[in-house]
Order: sequence, then C-alpha cells, then structure tokens
Amino acid sequence: MRNRLKSVILLGPGLGWLALLMVVPCGLIFTYSVFERGVYGGIDYTFTLENFRRAADPLFLGIFLRSAKIAGLATLIAILIAYPAAFAITRAPRDWQTALLILVILPFWSNYLIRTYAWIVMLNREGLINNGLAGLGVIDEPLPLLYNSFAVVVGLVYNYTPFVVLAIYASLNRINRETIEASEDLGASGWVTFWRVIVPQTVPGIAAGGVFVFVLSIGNFITPDLLGGGRLQMVGNLIYDQFLSARDWPFGATLSMFLIALMMILLFAQAMVARRAAGEGAG
Amino acid sequence: MKTEGTESKPGTALARIGLAAVLSMGAMAGAAQADKIVISNWDGYMPADLLENFTAATGIEAELSLHGTNEEIMGKVVAGGGKGYDVLFVSSPFAEALHNLGLAAEIDHDKVPNMANLYPEAMQLAHDPGNSFSVPYAWGTTGLCYRSDMMEAPTSWNDLLEPSDDLKGKVTMLSTDRWLMGAAALAMGKSLNDTSEETLSAAKEKLIAAKQDLLSYDDTTFYQKVVSGEATMVHAWDGWCNYGIAENADIKYVVPSEGSDLWVDTIVITAASENSEAAHAFVDYVLGEDVGIWVASNILYKTPNQKAMDALDASLLESFPNMAMEPSELIKYEQLRDLGEGQKAFARTVTEIMAAQ
Repeated sequence: MRNRLKSVILLGPGLGWLALLMVVPCGLIFTYSVFERGVYGGIDYTFTLENFRRAADPLFLGIFLRSAKIAGLATLIAILIAYPAAFAITRAPRDWQTALLILVILPFWSNYLIRTYAWIVMLNREGLINNGLAGLGVIDEPLPLLYNSFAVVVGLVYNYTPFVVLAIYASLNRINRETIEASEDLGASGWVTFWRVIVPQTVPGIAAGGVFVFVLSIGNFITPDLLGGGRLQMVGNLIYDQFLSARDWPFGATLSMFLIALMMILLFAQAMVARRAAGEGAG
Repeated sequence: MKTEGTESKPGTALARIGLAAVLSMGAMAGAAQADKIVISNWDGYMPADLLENFTAATGIEAELSLHGTNEEIMGKVVAGGGKGYDVLFVSSPFAEALHNLGLAAEIDHDKVPNMANLYPEAMQLAHDPGNSFSVPYAWGTTGLCYRSDMMEAPTSWNDLLEPSDDLKGKVTMLSTDRWLMGAAALAMGKSLNDTSEETLSAAKEKLIAAKQDLLSYDDTTFYQKVVSGEATMVHAWDGWCNYGIAENADIKYVVPSEGSDLWVDTIVITAASENSEAAHAFVDYVLGEDVGIWVASNILYKTPNQKAMDALDASLLESFPNMAMEPSELIKYEQLRDLGEGQKAFARTVTEIMAAQ
C-alpha cells in the first residue's frame, strides 16, 4: 500500500505534465480538425470532414511522402556517421571518453538558427565550398549546393547526428564484454564478431537514435525554409503556413493529426524493438 | 513593406519610463491620465528613443510590444478582442480587416492636428478614404531589384516569372502570399484583389511554372543576395532594395511596366483601448515631422508625411531614386485590400502553389 502511494506521488508530476502539455493540446488539435475555418483565423464551429478529404489530396500526401523520404535519408546518413563515431569513443581510453562526448554535443551550445545560417554561408554560390573548389580549379561553374533537398538533408544530418551518437554510445557501453571475448575465443573474426555479436546488441540504441532523427526531421520547418529556400516544402512548413499565414487553423490541425499519427506508429515500433531486445537479453 | 523574419525574435524591448515625467505637464488632455498605453510594432520600425521622447513631451507612459508579422498581431488581437493593446502598426489590408471586425477605433481628427502634415494623396487611400480608422505611416511599391552591371534593365513582371536562360536560378521571389500572387496578377493585367476562380487558377499555373526557375523564395534577405551576386534580380519592396543600393551602387530598382501595388503600413487605434486620448496623442506624435524624417532616412521607406519628405536631404533622394517617387505616381497603383470571404479560396491557392513540386 505504501509502495503504491509512493508510485502515485512519484508519477504525479510526470503524468500531470503529459496530460497538460500533450493530451490537452492533442485534444484541441483534434477538435479543431473537424470544424470550418474562420475568415480571419480562428474556428467557425460548423462540423465538417472536408479538412480530412482535403488532406488526402495527392498534392498533400505527396508532401508527406517527400518529407518521409528526406527524413529517412537524413536518418540513414546520421546512423552511418554516428555508429563508427560512437564505436570509436567506446574504444578510447576512459578519461578521453567524457571529453569526446562533450565535443559531440558542443554544437548545441550555439543556437539552431545560427548553425543553420552557417550552412548557408558555406553552401551558397559564392560560399566557402564553391569558392574553395573554384580556387583549386576543381570546378568552373559553382555547384548548386544550396536551396535543394541536398542542402536540407545536410542541415538535418548535421543537427541531429549528435543525438544518434549518444544513443548508440549508451547501448555500446551496455554490451557485456564477455560476449565479445566468447565470440573471439570461439574463433570468429573481428568482422563477424562485430556483425553478429556487437551490432545486434545495439539495435535498441540505433532504433532510439534513428526514430529521434526521423521524428525531429519530418516535422522540421526551419531547415527546409532556410536551406531549401522555401521551394521545397516539408509537412512542417505546410502546417506552419496554415496557422501563421493561410489562417486556416482547422486544416493545419488536420495535417498535424496525420503527422502525430505517423509519429505514434514509429514510436510504437521503436518500443517494440526495445522490448524484444530486452526479452532476448533476459532469455 | 515590413513582414516576417524568422530570425528576429521579439525581445523584451520595453521602454520603461520614469514616473516623474507623468507629473511634469498637462498640455494634452490625455496627459492627466497616468495610465500606460501599449503599442505593438515591428522590431526596429520606429526610432528606439521614440517612446522616451513621447513620454517626455506628453507625460504619457507607453510600452512597446513587438510583432514579427501582420498575421501574428492579427491573431492576438482577434483572439483577445484587442484588449491589452492601444495602438497597432499593421499593413493596410489588416487595418481594413480590423475595421471590418469592429476592432479598430474611429480616429478623431481634432485630436490629431499633425494629420495636416500628410500629403493630400495620403488622405485619399482606397482602403480608408479620409483616414477614418487608420493613419498611413510608410508607403511604397513592390518591384524588381537588380544588378545593372550584370543584366539589362527588366521591364516586365514576366522577366521575373519567365526569366531568360542566363537568369534561371538567379532570381528570387517574395513568398508572402499577397505579393507572391500580386506578381502574377500584375503580369496578367488582373486586379490584385481578384479572387475569382479563373484568375486564381491562372495565377497558380503561372507561379508554379515560375517556381522552377527560382534560386529561392526570400522575404528577408533578398537584398543581400543581390549584393553578393548570388542572385541577379529579386522581387523586392522598394525600401529593402535601398538597403542593397546602399552597399552597391550598381543595384537598381524598377517598377515593371505593368505597375506595382501601393503598399501602405498604417497606425490603428484599437476599439478596446481604454486610453483613447493617450492613443490619439501618440498617433499625433508619430505624425510629427521628426519621426517622419527618421523613417525616411533610417528605414529608407517613403513616408506619406509631406513635411518630413520636404525636409529630407537632397542627397538621400539622389542615392535612392525610388525615394523621390511622387505621391501622385504612387496613388495610381492599386492597393492590396482585405479579401474578406475571398481569402479562403486565395489561401488555398497559395498553399497549393507552395506545396507544388
């Protein structure tokens, strides 16, 4: 009984936080999505399903698809960069590891917008990379590096890779060293040990980091706006514009519902992966 | 035209004023009240010491709140019925919308003697002839800002919408809905306020095609792109092109042959204001010659304040030729109007253009 009381007290603030800042806003979003827009913003409380019909238009589904593609690509590249980095950090001497991890999160000490603007300086036609390559005589014409999906993916990968490094580092650190020794003792090559012993044990870390990048990328609107030059809309831009420029809150809310549903499915899948991994570890 | 700016985060730029000033004088009727008025404006759109000077001159305390876009302040005022705000700086279609919603107060001209400083044309604006609920603060045109050392002078909106091969990928457009659509409407010889199905779908087709040849959409840094040479020609508000001209004299501004919109940024007193006297005193203060001179020489916008424009240094008009446009020329251009119900179809069209590949 005392234990139960203790858990209620301990869970209270967290649950209250979630209820107030997650459940209530989601409820509002859902409510908005089934009404008509007001002329000057706000909601005209006339019931309609038109917003859902409109969101299913191939034009908008196409934006979801494009956003998923960009976010998926960013996720893949971030994992490919982060895994070796995390692996190297775990192999570094103990007292180096903290310093290396601090270096990984160092970029977060500056503002997201400033970090993104820095990429504009590097990637534009007259930017560091183009001028550098032209100076070396590698290119005659500036490469189109900015205001396209390439730039957006670069921006997303750059900003979110540190999270993946941390997630994978954590799961690499949890690996029981004895499993690696056992594999080596049994004659497996380093490569086979890596693929069949180490990687499977870090799947939860990869999944956690990957979902993190994907979820943050697909809803991002600042990076596509700045590095994509506004020509390449992602679903985050679409939603942002509905609330802040088209004054169509209900349609923005409907699009948000789709995005939230997509994220829920992904988080659910990630939880399943983590759970299965935990189950295997116990068995 | 002042619009958005993802990068300009409204700080807490409060101009807190000493109480002593309140007691100092009673020249204005409103000065007897110690109440504070709240003004919402874009960041940097009036002199930094304006509120301080206003309080010193009138004894009225004033506080500045900032908005990044018209839509932002509009959202707040519509949601709260205007409570908490006394004076708003908004573009004319939004002033008109506030009026239509009953959120803008009637302006009592007897309490704004400096209204006499305005050009006669500035009393005849289509959105509010006679300035009954709004007072113009700055006005100008939207056109093309280009590098005269890199291209021939453009003459038509189609030079932007269907750029020649050497300009492909080197032009930018404004993405703020009314101006984006305005470029197409002007190119087609249509009204800027036409929301008929036919015009909207023709504009949509034109703008989706134009999108393919853009370097990017840009509403905030386009003049820097012309300075750096990243872009050769950009869709620009005249005042913003002046920022580019200030850095490179080869940059020029032109209104295409099909014309421009006449944009007007205005001052509105909220109907909810509980300090109407003080709010009127503030509007009157802003219409004074000094503030007008500040606007023209610092923001490089034209102001409808004749007294201020007449007092400008001639070299300013020489460096920035578009500053010398006569009110009689400006007034010929069509103003953006509140679209009312037409806004719904209009917003849908813009969403579809921005979403298109």
